[in-house]
Amino acid sequence: MNAVLRWPMDTLASLGRAVLFLFQTMLAVPGALLRPRLLALQIYHSGLLSLAIIVIAGAFVGMVLALQGYRLLVQFSAESALGVSVALVVIRELGPVLTALLLAGRAGSSLAAEIGLMRATDQLDGISMMAVDPVPRVVAPRFLGLLIATPILNMIFIAMALGVAGGHLVGVEVLGVDAGSYWSQIRSAVDAGDLIDSTIKSLVFGLTIAWIAVYQGYHAAPTAAGVSRATTTTVVLSSLSVLGLDFVLTAAMFAA
Amino acid sequence: MLDAMSDAPDSLVRIRGLRHAQSERVLFDGIDIDIPRGKVTAIMGPSGTGKTTLLRLIGGQLRAQEGRVFFDGTEVGSASRRSLFALRKRMGMLFQQGALLTDLSVFDNVAFPLREHTRLGARQIRDQVLLKLEVVGLRGAAHLFPAQLSGGMARRVALARAIALDPELVLYDEPFTGQDPISMGVLLRLIRQLNDALGTTSVLVSHDVGEALSIADYAYVLSHGQLRAAGSAAAVRDSEDARVRQFLDGLPDGPEPFHYPAPALRDTLLEKPE
Repeated sequence: MNAVLRWPMDTLASLGRAVLFLFQTMLAVPGALLRPRLLALQIYHSGLLSLAIIVIAGAFVGMVLALQGYRLLVQFSAESALGVSVALVVIRELGPVLTALLLAGRAGSSLAAEIGLMRATDQLDGISMMAVDPVPRVVAPRFLGLLIATPILNMIFIAMALGVAGGHLVGVEVLGVDAGSYWSQIRSAVDAGDLIDSTIKSLVFGLTIAWIAVYQGYHAAPTAAGVSRATTTTVVLSSLSVLGLDFVLTAAMFAA
Repeated sequence: MLDAMSDAPDSLVRIRGLRHAQSERVLFDGIDIDIPRGKVTAIMGPSGTGKTTLLRLIGGQLRAQEGRVFFDGTEVGSASRRSLFALRKRMGMLFQQGALLTDLSVFDNVAFPLREHTRLGARQIRDQVLLKLEVVGLRGAAHLFPAQLSGGMARRVALARAIALDPELVLYDEPFTGQDPISMGVLLRLIRQLNDALGTTSVLVSHDVGEALSIADYAYVLSHGQLRAAGSAAAVRDSEDARVRQFLDGLPDGPEPFHYPAPALRDTLLEKPE
C-alpha cells in the first residue's frame, strides 16, 4: 500500500515545492526590476539570441501554410481568403505554440543548464554564503527575461509568417493571389481581440517555460548527470505543458 | 580529550553535542569542537568523514539534527534568515572549487560582496578590490574571467573574495586539493599571513595532513563520527591513537580497514551465480 501511495505523494510534494518556488520567484521580481542591467542581459540571452530561429521558423511556417491553404481554397475559387486563413491560424494557434516550443528548446534548456551548473559548481551556495539570496540575484532576472521575451518573439513570429518572407512570398509572389485582397482580408477579419488572445497565450506559455526551467535548474542534483537531467526534463515537461495549456486556453477563449 | 583545549583562548565558534547523519551515515556522533579566536584551526580526517558538512553547519547552510553550533555566542541553527545573513557577513568561505561566478570578471567577483553589502562608491570599491587582489598577487588578472584562470589562481581569487568584507572567520574547504607545489606554497603562506595580519580566525578543513599541520595552531582529527585527537598541532602530530597514526602516516591498513565490508571472499566465489 505504501508503495502504491508513494508515487502520487511524491508527485504532489514536488508540485507543492515547485509552486512555493514560483511564489518565491514572483516575490523577488520587483527586486529584479531594480537591477535593470541584469534583466536586460537576460532578455538578451533568452530573447535576442533566440531571434534567428523564430524568424526562420516563422517564415517557413507562413510559406507552407500559404501553399497548403492555396491548394484547398482554389477549389472553391476562394483564394482571396488565403491571407486571412493563414493569419488566423498563425495568430490564434501556431504563433504562440511554435514560439513557445522553440523557446523551450532554445532558451528554457539553456536556463536550466546554466542554473544547474551554478548549483553543481557551488556558485549558488557561494552566493548565499556571501549573505545574498540567490533567488532575486540569479533566478528572478532569468525568469522575468524569458517571460518578457516570449510575447515579443510571438509577434515577430506572426509578422514573419504573414509577411513578405512568409505567406506573402508564396501566396502573392509565387502563386499569384492578389496582394490587395491578401492584405485587406487580413485587416478586416483580424481584430485587436485576436492579438490580445495571442499575447495572453504567449505570456502563459512563457511563464510556464520559465518556471519549469528555473525550478529544474535550481533543484538539479549537483552533478553532471543532474544538470543534463534538468535540461532534458525542462524541454520535455515544458513542451507538453505548452501543448496541454494551449488546448485549455483555446477552449476558454473560443468555446464561449 | 577536550582537556587539551581548556587552556585555549576564548572561542569564536563553539560546537556542543553535535549529532548529524546524512543518508543513514552517521557523520557526527556527539562531538564538541571549539574554534579559538584569532588562530588557525585544522579539522582533518579521511574523505567522507563529514568535514565539509561541518563547515556547512557552521555557515548555517545545514541545520544540525541534534546539538548546537554557536558563532560568537549566537546559535546558528536556530537563527532566523535575517540574522543568519547578518552572521554570514562576518564569515568568508573558500569553496573547494572556488565557486566564482562564471559570468563575472575577477574584478566583479571580488567586488560582488562589497556592492551587495556596503554603500561604498565605485571609486572606493575599486580601491578595495584592487587591494584585496594585490594581497593574493592577482591585481594584474582583474580583467580576466574565471574560465581563463588556472585552478590555483581561481582559488586565490576566491580567497580575495572571501576576505572582501574583512570577515572575522574564514572557512577553508580543502584549500590544498589539486594544487601544484608552487600554488600550494602560495596558499599556505597566504592563509597564515591573512590570519595574522587581519586578526581573523581560520578554520581549515583538509586531508592534506602535512600542509594543514604546518600552518595550524590547533587541530582536530575526526573519523567515524568521533573526535580522535584534539589539541595543539604539535600534540596532534605526536598522538598515539592508532586511528590517528594510521591517518597521519597514511598507512593502507589498520583500524580503518582496507576492504569495504563484505562477506568472506571464499564464500562469495563459491556462491552460485543467480
